[in-house]
Amino acid sequence: MEAAQVPVIRENTEAIWEVLETIPDPEIPVISVVELGVVRDVLLEENKTQVIITPTYSGCPAMKQFEDDIVSTLESKGFPTVEVKMVFSPAWTTDWMTNVAREKLRRYGIAPPQKGSQDKGVLFDSGPKAVNCPQCNSSATELLSQFGSTACKAVYKCKDCQETFDYFKCI
Amino acid sequence: MEVKDALIQYCLRLGDDAMIMGHRLSELCSNGPILEEDIAMTNISLDLFGQTRIIYTYAAELEGKGRSEDDLAYLRPEHEFQCALLTEQPNGHFGNTMARQMIFSVFYYHLFKELSKSPDESLAAFAAKSLKETTYHMRHACEWVVRLGDGTEESKWKIQDALNDIWSYHHELFEKDEVDEKLIDMGIITDTATIADDFYASVNEVIERATLGTPAGGWKATGGRSGRHSEYLGHILSVFQSLPRAYPDAKW
Ligand SMILES: [Zn+2]
Repeated sequence: MEAAQVPVIRENTEAIWEVLETIPDPEIPVISVVELGVVRDVLLEENKTQVIITPTYSGCPAMKQFEDDIVSTLESKGFPTVEVKMVFSPAWTTDWMTNVAREKLRRYGIAPPQKGSQDKGVLFDSGPKAVNCPQCNSSATELLSQFGSTACKAVYKCKDCQETFDYFKCI
Repeated sequence: MEVKDALIQYCLRLGDDAMIMGHRLSELCSNGPILEEDIAMTNISLDLFGQTRIIYTYAAELEGKGRSEDDLAYLRPEHEFQCALLTEQPNGHFGNTMARQMIFSVFYYHLFKELSKSPDESLAAFAAKSLKETTYHMRHACEWVVRLGDGTEESKWKIQDALNDIWSYHHELFEKDEVDEKLIDMGIITDTATIADDFYASVNEVIERATLGTPAGGWKATGGRSGRHSEYLGHILSVFQSLPRAYPDAKW
């Protein structure tokens, strides 16, 4: 199931994917829109390029920026009329994020999401197993708030180096 | 009633609930009790506005009259809104906000789980997406009800009172009229009666862990689904809709 949800690179769309991989997430510029997993498909028609995207969170204010950046970057590289289409199914999950992207997040100071831990402790927060501090790698960390600077992040504190840091939460 | 008309009304109700709840939480922006909660409220509010956009857009598309999601949010009069009265209730103190949020998100958590299996693909996609966000909202509210219930003497009686007050408003979430009946008959939505056991089980688990008593509320609020609202909705809309009504061509 999981494998089937990774976008298939269609014939002749490789060049478009290559460009998309250079477009940064407007809020976390170390990873691209492709690495984040919001680009779901690319369709090339005679005079039109269609990029299918899905939002991270329903209300993510960066989505409009994603759309504008995709259109302007592709058009500046000479791709014909670019259209961005939003789909909601299958719903975005942090499981789509590659290991390379996770490592980039960690080096940027954001603890990457853990894989497949979305549904445990439904009514109450049992928290992820252990979120290691992206600064000193200590596992002695505690949740400060489930909601952080953007919808996709929670705030943690490291008990060893005393730094607070963002955790990219699982969804 | 045609299936399509029923589905439009149903989607509007989902959107109205999310939007008015989102608006109430947005009122806490810069007014939260502590910074972390200020940020939590606005994040949850943002998710709810996002959900509103998705489902209003679908309702507008089904309607096919050229209205946009903004038209549905900003240009409908009070009596055309069909939100449950629970969503309009004021924020009160933090315990009131959390009691209301707990009831709202526990209900929607169980409803979205069912709706995500709907044969209507758009409705199912909306529900599956919203379910993920609602799970976080629900945990946040449940944790707070427990912390306040199992807290100080003062926090305990305050959250108990808050629960008792809001309890009268939860019945409306389970109400059914011809809109629901039509969609249940067609197999598009699940009868809310089938999620009642799960809803009460979840709420009871929270109440028990919070060392609170079962809320005692004798009366049942009703009217929102047919456009008969509490005094609060008019005030909310007068704030919410003021800009697009004063400047009809405003773009943002
Ligand atoms: Zn550390």
